[in-house]
Amino acid sequence: MSGNLKLVFFARLREDLGTNAEELALPPGVGTVAALRTLLASRGGSWAAALAQGRAIRVAVNQEMAQPTTPVKPGDEVAFFPPVTGG
Amino acid sequence: MPVRVQTEDFDAGAEIAALRRGDPKIGAVASFIGVVRDLNDGESVGKMTLEHYPGMTEKALEAIVSEARSRWDIIDVTVVHRVGELKPTDQIVLVVVAGGHRGEAFAACEFIMDYLKTRAPFWKKEETPGGERWVEARASDDDAAERWTPPRADVA
Repeated sequence: MSGNLKLVFFARLREDLGTNAEELALPPGVGTVAALRTLLASRGGSWAAALAQGRAIRVAVNQEMAQPTTPVKPGDEVAFFPPVTGG
Repeated sequence: MPVRVQTEDFDAGAEIAALRRGDPKIGAVASFIGVVRDLNDGESVGKMTLEHYPGMTEKALEAIVSEARSRWDIIDVTVVHRVGELKPTDQIVLVVVAGGHRGEAFAACEFIMDYLKTRAPFWKKEETPGGERWVEARASDDDAAERWTPPRADVA
């Protein structure tokens, strides 16, 4: 649905949260990566622990690496994952 | 296809031959192969699982290759990265760079690996006698990638 945000989670974060994806209706006022992270952390439990400030988390918006100030809007795919360890 | 993510093993010799294809402008081919070791951070590793972000991983690798092409006068590049279950001695990643001369080929090959390690979405999980664990990112890999950052124009 174009009105929703698609969230995807990888690696340790996927395991800690117990989910690899979800659709989220973006609440008014949540327009950046930082605001979205705060919203998800406010769910408490494993969300609060995994997404707490200070935990090293990387975010990609529409498959491009993003910053806390990167805008998010309905229809976007937003990925949360730990620092990468390939190669 | 210069960039591939696959579960199957690769044949470096065949990849190099395919990249060269008898092009007489190629005077140098540099290659790197990353291999699974049986020891990491003091624990023995029996098995490793590599996860990736389908779509973004390929795009990130293509962007790294494009960046290398913009920095050095190179002729062609192949990157193959495996995902799924791997065991010690298995090959993980192959980078091949063909150029006119060795300087560009060596530099671009090392640059691509340094950027791949810090920018391409792959994650390793190891199986050790103490259980499964996600591999932590290393500051030394960030330092290695940082070396390639061009000096900022606004810094005297």
